[in-house]
Amino acid sequence: MNVPHLPVQAFSPGPEGVGLTAYLSVAAILFTIGVLGIFVNRRNIIVIMMAVELILLAVNINLVAFSAYLHDVVGQVFAMFVLTVAAAEAAVGLAILVTFFRNRGGIAVDDATMMKG
Amino acid sequence: MSLQAIAFYVLSTIMLVSAALVVTRRNPVHSVLFLILSFFTAAGLFVLLGAEFLAMLLVVVYVGAVAVLFLFVVMMLDVDFAELRSGFAKYLPAGLLLAGFLLAEMLLVTSATAEHGAASRVAVGGRPAIPNAEAIGRVLYTDYVYFFQAAGLVLLTAMIGAIVLTLRHRPGVKRQVVADQTARTPQTGMALRQVKTGEGIAE
Repeated sequence: MNVPHLPVQAFSPGPEGVGLTAYLSVAAILFTIGVLGIFVNRRNIIVIMMAVELILLAVNINLVAFSAYLHDVVGQVFAMFVLTVAAAEAAVGLAILVTFFRNRGGIAVDDATMMKG
Repeated sequence: MSLQAIAFYVLSTIMLVSAALVVTRRNPVHSVLFLILSFFTAAGLFVLLGAEFLAMLLVVVYVGAVAVLFLFVVMMLDVDFAELRSGFAKYLPAGLLLAGFLLAEMLLVTSATAEHGAASRVAVGGRPAIPNAEAIGRVLYTDYVYFFQAAGLVLLTAMIGAIVLTLRHRPGVKRQVVADQTARTPQTGMALRQVKTGEGIAE
């Protein structure tokens, strides 16, 4: 199978570096830590948001690793878009958190059932 | 072991340990600081992969903006965080079980993808013909220019949303209204009253 050779190349680590499997495994472990963080900190929404940031970082590592090993810079462009969305998500999420704290006097997620019918 | 491999193992170990500390620390301020360390070492991994521009972007956006935003909110909200941690031990066994399955599945898929996927057939090595930032720019501003504009719209919407959510007008606070000040005339600002001796004026 021939991968199309693009004119724009990203630098890929030489044979002396570690392989793609190592990068993908690190990203998988980071993703798992993020999911575990959401589970064990169910009541603390600030830590949940930090765990979401960790998950997005794991996705970015995957994108950049594939970008480097496939000699295709498009992966890095998509990592940039993920970064943009993550920054927007953090800003809006923390704004919602501040408003919630003002209205309820606390940030316990279990109390956030106002909109339940 | 080569220098690149040593750097990779050191950086990824620091990143994973600090990520684990982010979700297990009792004090959220410590969590944010470990989050910063985690992003910083991830930027180091990006440099190892040859994505220098994205590494610098990660430092600027995450360490410079998002982490400081988190720190600001954590310190601004006066919350009893010990009370929020009460379910930690209760949810830990189920979480560990699920995390174990998730990790096993992802590692299996990872090894299959990396060794038999498209990336395994591409020859490694070779210096880049052009710098990393230039390579990204050539693709980002041509093929992905509409996505780039959409990303700008996402950021604009997030900015407006954050301002709308957090801005509030308290009822009792006096504010300067310039239009009212300039529209003021001697007739509206002053009144002549006939004061009776010894009585004064009621407002």
